Amino acid sequence: MTHSFPWLTALILLPLIGAAAVFFVRDATARLVALAVAVADLLISLPLWWLFDASSGNMQFMESALWISSPRIHYRLGLDGISLPLVLMTTVLMPLCILISWHSIESRVQSFMAMLLIMEGAMIGVFAALDFVLFYVFWEAMLIPMYLLIGVWGGPNRLYAAIKFFLYTLTGSVLLLVAILVLYFQGGHTFDILQLSQGAYSKSIQFWLFLAFFAAFAVKVPMFPFHTWLPDAHVEAPTAGSVILASILLKMGAYGFVRFSLPMLPDASQAFTPLMVVLSIIAIIYGAYMALAQPDLKKLIAYSSVSHMGFVTLGLFMFNIQGIEGAVMQMVNHGITTGGLFLCVGVIYERTHSRQIADNIGLTKPMPRYATFLVIFALSSLGLPGTNSFVGEFMVLIGTFLWSKIATAFASLGIILAAAYMLWMVQRVAFGVSAPHMLPKLRDVNLRETATLAPLVVLIFAIGLFPNPILTRMHPSVEKVLARVFPSAPEEASAMHPIDPLTPPVERLASTTEATFSQERQAVSEGRPR
Amino acid sequence: MTFSVGDLFLILPELLVITAACMVFVLDPVLRPSDKDGLVWLSLGTLAVCMGLTASQMSAPVEAFNGLVVIDAYGAFWKLLLYFVTGLTILLSHSYLKEERLYFGEYYGFVLLALSGMMVMVSAADLLTIYLGTELMSLSLYVMAGLKRSEPRSLEASAKYFVLGAFSSGILLYGISLLYGATGSTRLPAIAAAITGQSLDDPLLMFATILLAVGFGFKLAVVPFHMWTPDVYQGAPTSVTAFMAVASKAASFGAFLRVFIEGLGGLKANWSAIFLLLCLATLVLGNVVALVQTNIKRMLAYSSIAHAGYALIGVVAAGRLEHSSGIASVLLYLALYTFMTFGAFAIPAMLRKDGIEGDEIEDFSGLSKRHPVAALLMLIFMVSLAGIPPTAGFIGKFYVFMSAVEAGMTWLAVIALIFAAVSAYYYLRVVMVMYMREPSDATDSAPQLVMSPTFSIVLACAAAGVVIFGIYPNPLVQLAMQAVLTLK
Repeated sequence: MTHSFPWLTALILLPLIGAAAVFFVRDATARLVALAVAVADLLISLPLWWLFDASSGNMQFMESALWISSPRIHYRLGLDGISLPLVLMTTVLMPLCILISWHSIESRVQSFMAMLLIMEGAMIGVFAALDFVLFYVFWEAMLIPMYLLIGVWGGPNRLYAAIKFFLYTLTGSVLLLVAILVLYFQGGHTFDILQLSQGAYSKSIQFWLFLAFFAAFAVKVPMFPFHTWLPDAHVEAPTAGSVILASILLKMGAYGFVRFSLPMLPDASQAFTPLMVVLSIIAIIYGAYMALAQPDLKKLIAYSSVSHMGFVTLGLFMFNIQGIEGAVMQMVNHGITTGGLFLCVGVIYERTHSRQIADNIGLTKPMPRYATFLVIFALSSLGLPGTNSFVGEFMVLIGTFLWSKIATAFASLGIILAAAYMLWMVQRVAFGVSAPHMLPKLRDVNLRETATLAPLVVLIFAIGLFPNPILTRMHPSVEKVLARVFPSAPEEASAMHPIDPLTPPVERLASTTEATFSQERQAVSEGRPR
Repeated sequence: MTFSVGDLFLILPELLVITAACMVFVLDPVLRPSDKDGLVWLSLGTLAVCMGLTASQMSAPVEAFNGLVVIDAYGAFWKLLLYFVTGLTILLSHSYLKEERLYFGEYYGFVLLALSGMMVMVSAADLLTIYLGTELMSLSLYVMAGLKRSEPRSLEASAKYFVLGAFSSGILLYGISLLYGATGSTRLPAIAAAITGQSLDDPLLMFATILLAVGFGFKLAVVPFHMWTPDVYQGAPTSVTAFMAVASKAASFGAFLRVFIEGLGGLKANWSAIFLLLCLATLVLGNVVALVQTNIKRMLAYSSIAHAGYALIGVVAAGRLEHSSGIASVLLYLALYTFMTFGAFAIPAMLRKDGIEGDEIEDFSGLSKRHPVAALLMLIFMVSLAGIPPTAGFIGKFYVFMSAVEAGMTWLAVIALIFAAVSAYYYLRVVMVMYMREPSDATDSAPQLVMSPTFSIVLACAAAGVVIFGIYPNPLVQLAMQAVLTLK
């Protein structure tokens, strides 16, 4: 399906042109130009949501042009149901990142805004690229702007955090380059991602390629034990940098698994499933456990990200429709919720110049609206039903339940611990009792900050209450991925996980768990009559 | 043995360059000091004419002077690259020599003489002609390295370069004589024909191959024949360093590939094993030692050693592949290496601290605040040297690694890429110092960049090459592929 208007090129080029333009204006204007460009990009991306044909699992909005003639490398872009929500998440979050940096970034504003816009172009490019070399170019092109964002505008320990981030991710991705080259010669001399996803590779090659992919994607996710760059980078980065890191960059690792590892290396993916599940569950529990002990708000959220991303990798390697759809949902949800939490930390840091929980106690009194936002994001993060995170995590747990009950039990521990650290944090920050001298006259959130936080609150409830629009769009694409993992025995796959493809995903989900729900409802009504 | 006048037309570019060099030597004493800029324009004009002539020679091979010289697309590719580098060197020197108060008109003459030597190297089809070109290039460079007569380091560089250069030339000549003994000729096609009939285990041939590899190893500055490089690169005037790091390396690779592919192609299995060892040693040592350097010229010297290692990957792959994509990747790598390395040397050349050159990495502190555009360009050069897309350095590495994987040496690509990640650390340290550190002392003594029109042209050309070929490398890729087709 081709559209005459090159939507995706426009989405990628606009921020890059904007980045160049920002250099030629003064600081005050730079903010406005950057915001205008990011909003324009959002407006261009929104029609894609409705133009997207939800009944098809094929790539849409395809563009293709020869880039290098020998070997044949194409400039080829396209979106399917998996990448569409991620692209939209990116375009929604970027204007918010610019808004939150309005006053907190005072030095070299032009360069800062230019870096944000270059990041936006490269991130959309990663999600939209359909040529492996093009993907790699976008994937690596993000490194330098992110390095500068952390290193130039970051906190006191920024140099260490920046170089650690850079070297970790670079080392992972150079192995990806080797894997791409090997695939080229194994997969019939092509870099076309769709064509490579159809090829059959021998088991031993799949084994090595999986390890190379794993090096690149596991560092980015980050999976335990490759997560150690993340708390440093998150804590030292400026607020906008933390949001981009947590909400978008981490998703690229998971996106890599679902776009490349699963369809290209189905045998190796299945062989590595036990390892992936164990690492995911360790990440879920370890991340949550570490989050409990953090006195620093950003560090707490950083470790909670490790835990939440554990659900994503867990769901991806369940090889059933609930697991993978849940994982993709969780990617989007984590982007929204954690982005919101980091924005909240940025707001309070501008006022008290401290990210320590101990310095920010009892904010409900001076800042009631702020506390409301914080509580909503925190509740979403711990997976309260009605908020977005519940949908994703619940689907992942169902998917895991079909695979192993013990794994589900361990993974559920993460949700309980999430409730513990999030509620404890909210208890202190929002409702704690501070010493009188500790409570200076704090301004509540102003209009700009409300405009930054409110869209995410809307999305939290919109996705939490009506997840179907996203699920229906991703459903055919996810089924396509699954068909690659079980090519020979599709009937076996559906026998293992009885699915009626005509039923919309959430109704299906509800029917699977009808019993559980009714029991819960009963318990609630008995225990606490309304 | 016959001599035809037509042969002179084939080597017209070489003749023009030598004539221009002689004119510079003659005109320099008679010109008034205010007119000496004319020598710069004379040299640049010559290069422009030669560029046009050579571009018309991108064709099937034509032999001249009874097969001593061959004019083909392969040689033309290198020559075009060498004109470009020489042009940049002359432009940079125009600014640099003024700042250093080095007023030698002969300087431009030596640059042109060195260029003519390089041109002979890349189009020679006879080992003795190659030796002749090598010596012409080296002798000019020895003089240029010692141009700062008041500075001991420059003299040391010149002396060291001379002694080791003469030593390596001796080894090269020894290798040539042994090869003559084994095959009965110094002409590359004749050598190739003689080798096909012989056993590969002939000790004489093997010894000759090793000596040639060692001799070229010195010129290419690959480990373990690299010891002269850091001292010479640091001591020589920076414009000369840039010229050596780029042009002399390119010309040496040009001659080296022709000797080993055209002449010793039958011994591929032997020499690709030798170069595999040299390549690994170069990658490891170049990248690891560069990590601890505090002087930018020394750091770039080790970086240029490491880059020779990456180019050698293509040579090793070419030794195992039937077709020419491995050699093409080497040509492409060196062409792209030119832009980024020259740019990276140009900026420290014009960085002045209290009137002298600021060549410590610390001198770059806070450069992004004082000279944002220059800092941005240096950032681009460093990122490209580290091989991160979308810059030229990535494209060069991509093709080299691709030929390695195609030759079945995935493990070599993995090792080289891991060392590429290591190299990112020292390249990024320059970025870190420029962008994330304030100058340690008062701002009035902080190093300043001396801007001049010719310097700006150099920076613009280098940066444009890095960015444009990083985003759209297709024309250069095609040119390299076309050039290696004429290599038998």
